[in-house]
Amino acid sequence: MNFEDLTIEKAHQSLLKKEFSALELTKFFLERVEKENPKIFAFLKIDEKSAITQAKKIDEKILTGQKISYLAGIPCGIKDNILVEGLECTAGSKILKNYIAPYDATVVKKLKEEGAIILGKTNLDEFAMGSSTEYSFFGPTKNPIDLKRTPGGSSGGSAAAVAANFCLFALGSDTGGSIRQPAAFCGIVGFKPTYGAVSRFGLIAFASSLDQIGPMTKTVRDCEIVFEAIKGKDEMDSTSIEIPSSSHSTTLSLKDIKIGVPKEYFIKGIDPEVEKVVKKAIKKYEENGAKIEEISLPHTEYALPCYYILAPAEASSNLARYDGIKYGYSKNSKLKTQNSKVKSQNSKVLDVYFESRGEGFGPEVKRRIMLGTFTLSAGYFEAYYLRAQKVRLLIKKDFEEAFKKVDFIFTPTTPTPPFLLGEKLKDPVLMYLSDIFTVPVNLAGLPAISIPCGKIGNLPVGLQIVGPAFSDFRVIQIAKFYET
Amino acid sequence: MITEKEIKHIAKLARINFKKEELKKFQQEFSKILDYIERLKEVDVSKVEGDFQKAFLKNVMRKDEPKEKFKLEITKKLIEAMPETQDNYLKVKKII
Repeated sequence: MNFEDLTIEKAHQSLLKKEFSALELTKFFLERVEKENPKIFAFLKIDEKSAITQAKKIDEKILTGQKISYLAGIPCGIKDNILVEGLECTAGSKILKNYIAPYDATVVKKLKEEGAIILGKTNLDEFAMGSSTEYSFFGPTKNPIDLKRTPGGSSGGSAAAVAANFCLFALGSDTGGSIRQPAAFCGIVGFKPTYGAVSRFGLIAFASSLDQIGPMTKTVRDCEIVFEAIKGKDEMDSTSIEIPSSSHSTTLSLKDIKIGVPKEYFIKGIDPEVEKVVKKAIKKYEENGAKIEEISLPHTEYALPCYYILAPAEASSNLARYDGIKYGYSKNSKLKTQNSKVKSQNSKVLDVYFESRGEGFGPEVKRRIMLGTFTLSAGYFEAYYLRAQKVRLLIKKDFEEAFKKVDFIFTPTTPTPPFLLGEKLKDPVLMYLSDIFTVPVNLAGLPAISIPCGKIGNLPVGLQIVGPAFSDFRVIQIAKFYET
Repeated sequence: MITEKEIKHIAKLARINFKKEELKKFQQEFSKILDYIERLKEVDVSKVEGDFQKAFLKNVMRKDEPKEKFKLEITKKLIEAMPETQDNYLKVKKII
């Protein structure tokens, strides 16, 4: 049996037909990860024992003729800012090294109920802050397509794991593009659902008005399967909402579809090759009957500065909990006290905060906490934070106006193909710019998918499809046209 | 460019210790980011009524009742994760 070109859909059929067992499937991926992961570093941790136990359980179900769901026996990876009970959950940070998750995130609980096999936790930029996975305390992930290049970020570990065929799908989180940008860079499918469509209970918070969990898969159909399994209102996350299930959405015909292409997304700064590939993909929709219309989203250029006020402001508040007192890295630990008796006798609780945070956080996380603290501080609040909230409203209204005229908006996912490792590390603003096309969607809370739409040499290019709020399954459906 | 004194003040508010050698580099990078977000000042927001939060967010209320879900088992795990404890209490350094 060839495990190389498997998708969730195919693997599910094969499991039902008993062409291979869940155990065989799981062992194939475990062995592959063991052999290949050191060179790519997509996974931070593997939980072999539990994966094998779970796989055996699914095989028993199949043998005894019980009904199994789509994800039963399907090996997956979970971004390491999502809690899996009993496993270390680091968020890619020194401050959470050795922190053991005390419970399952709602999405993990749902995947386990479906019978998915969790192989382990995937690498990310520290606290999901970054666009290359190079800000992980544990070291960078490499792009499986070209090891000299970054897989993107922050869900770079999840994207690389799927692209390297270490698992059949992975979960990521997307605050400003962290699912879509790495999906584009690794040539896979990445979906950021409507804000609130997937519960975030058990997701380590970065910027709560923007964070969203979503699937990263090989095909759009697989993306639909995973999204169907993880979505839904959850009493543990009061921002969560119920969106209609896929069976309720009507079938789309390209002939009735109007696609908007915003002119602000095709300006200087975009790689001309990327533009060519994306325009060709849009052309394909036109040739199949869709109407293409140039539209304008006039506040696009302000989305990124707006994001870099709001997201750090929320982060500075969310990350205040890492204080060295309750859990995680602490300059208060017994070990440390024994080593420096004199100091500990004189130190106060304030020193524990300062030292634990100073040593526990990496440079990008410090920058963002500092930035957020600054924009929220007395005298600056109105000029930065309040203004940014108003601009956010304008950005949201841009999209609302556009969706009065068109059904979907098509853009490139990223302005460039995957960049080299180290290329943007020296200039934080340059790194921020790689999310310029994905950030506006988070600010507006909309669903958007990135699908591979062509290549420059061997480097993949992503097409981003954005829909109105709650049109998640329609976005998925329109993305499917490209695959067929 | 933001001054070293200002950076130190923000660091104090953020409860983050910076090493001396870290500070200079940080100051430069931070200034560059500030320059970038300054661009938002070009947008005319004088006619924008309210803001994003006021327009789209509303409170979700529920009764404050204890739930079965978080059992003693989880409490135990939370205590285990604490850096220092005494008789099942979290131990902190002198505050006053």
